[in-house]
Amino acid sequence: MPTTEQLIKISTQVRRDIVRMVHAHQSGHPGGSLGCADFLTALYFVIMKHNPTAFSMDGKNEDIFFLSNGHISPLWYSVLARSGYFDKKELSTFRSINSRLQGHPTTHEGLPGVRMSSGSLGQGLSVAIGAAQSKKLNNDSSIVYSLHGDGELQEGQIWEAMMYAAAKKIDNLIATVDYNGQQIDGAVNDVLSLGNLKAKWEAFGWDVLQMNGNDMKQVVETLQNALKHTGKGKPVVILMTTVMGYGVDFMMGSHKWHGIAPNDEQLKQALAQLPETIGDY
Amino acid sequence: MKKFTYTEKKDTRSGFGAGLLEAGKSNPNIVALCADLTGSLKMDAFEKAFPDRFFQCGIAEANMMGIAAGMTIGGKIPFTGTFANFSTGRVYDQIRQSIAYSGKNVKICASHAGLTLGEDGATHQILEDIGLMKMLPGMTVINPCDYNQTKAATIAIAKHIGPVYLRFGRPSWPIFIPENTPFEIGKALLLNEGSDVSIFATGHLVWKAIEAGMALADMGISAEIINIHTIKPLDEKAVIQSVSKTGCAITAEEHQINGGLGDSICQLLSRHLPSPVEMVGVKDTFGESGTPDALMTKYGLDSKNIVFAVEQVLQRKKELAG
Repeated sequence: MPTTEQLIKISTQVRRDIVRMVHAHQSGHPGGSLGCADFLTALYFVIMKHNPTAFSMDGKNEDIFFLSNGHISPLWYSVLARSGYFDKKELSTFRSINSRLQGHPTTHEGLPGVRMSSGSLGQGLSVAIGAAQSKKLNNDSSIVYSLHGDGELQEGQIWEAMMYAAAKKIDNLIATVDYNGQQIDGAVNDVLSLGNLKAKWEAFGWDVLQMNGNDMKQVVETLQNALKHTGKGKPVVILMTTVMGYGVDFMMGSHKWHGIAPNDEQLKQALAQLPETIGDY
Repeated sequence: MKKFTYTEKKDTRSGFGAGLLEAGKSNPNIVALCADLTGSLKMDAFEKAFPDRFFQCGIAEANMMGIAAGMTIGGKIPFTGTFANFSTGRVYDQIRQSIAYSGKNVKICASHAGLTLGEDGATHQILEDIGLMKMLPGMTVINPCDYNQTKAATIAIAKHIGPVYLRFGRPSWPIFIPENTPFEIGKALLLNEGSDVSIFATGHLVWKAIEAGMALADMGISAEIINIHTIKPLDEKAVIQSVSKTGCAITAEEHQINGGLGDSICQLLSRHLPSPVEMVGVKDTFGESGTPDALMTKYGLDSKNIVFAVEQVLQRKKELAG
């Protein structure tokens, strides 16, 4: 198992990838991608049992992950490439014509690691629940993971899925919410407040854990702990507090960097804060 | 005109229920999901036979579509069941992203399509669903015409890999397709050979086309009647072949003329064989409450309207020839 220091090296490189990818074609969503980089690095490099070099759509007997907030695709692509699903050189094609690295993730171009298209928000929790039920039918004891934005929780389908998962005792699922408090139009509290989010998930019958998503040690420990909560008749959710844009000072904590690309000067400033650690693509 | 008779009437949704049970018996990967309409969709027999493979989703169709999409990962073949309105318009984006664009092997099975849903009225009488579904890349769209064909279609789609929209209905309807008729997705079924006009009909309107064909025969008009059960992919060869012979066409469907079978056939003919076509279907209006028969008459979907459309198209053919 990689040490916390080694994981931070990887997540730093992933952040560097994100900023470079979004800059290269002046398009993409850096804010949420940077905020969730520690989580996805820990998930793919420590927690999940998966087969990067022999990707199968069915993912039988391996842990699988769904990105429901598909706009943070540069993060996912970087983590997939760096954990061995495809060559990291392909990251340079992000959002360009004829690329498998579409603006939002898709199965349509056959990119290894992606099992469902996402981008239109609110659909991924239902999908993850379906995949978890499929695993149960197949007597497959591996785990399904999903990630959602907090703004995404404003979609009604999420609440249908929350109700269903608890009622049907989907206890082989660990959903995580990127609780960064920001969405396109501003703070989630100003746009459409989620109220007491922890109480809401609990009222819907979920086992709720919390963590600081930008503290690598805590992320790994909480995910390991979450695994101990599976198999107990309840779906598990982690409310993960993150800072949007984490790792690049001028992007941090503001909804303004949800979906815009840095210019050349901003790229320089950002990369100065994110040293190359395991090699640029 | 070939003789068509029937001894029994049954709803097409019961054909779906019977087909689902049979498909479920032969393939353990088949699972069924329903949104609080198990009885209406005739899914109870499957639920009883395979309780572990039946998923009651409650009144939450968007979630049901997402769950179905997710279940394909791991090799399951999900059949979703609810009314046609809630199977399409209500969940269009879920179908578009999680099923069609993702290329998932989900069978969207939709009952109570069209006006023949009857007294519940226009909120439930979807007449746009064929159009919505056929526009999705990769989606197969099937609208069988009687109990036997619906049962056979249900069994056939279980063996087909890829997303399918299967549309059927509520009312008792004549059973006239012989039980052992093979169902081939994408292959039109020639019901009656004729020489004056081609009638392309789908769903409940196939029986109406047969009734019209008998009336036309009495008038000395020879109608070729073709059952298009698969609207997408359309059996282009069968359509071209028939219209090459007859020189004109009628389309008949329990759907808006915008976006339905008629639309597909006109598009095909305009590209390859421009010919006079009259479309029997709902003309850009919503339905209303009433008995299925009263509605089919009021909205111009009965055999009389097909006969009238034939007279018009023959006149146009004559004018073009003259």
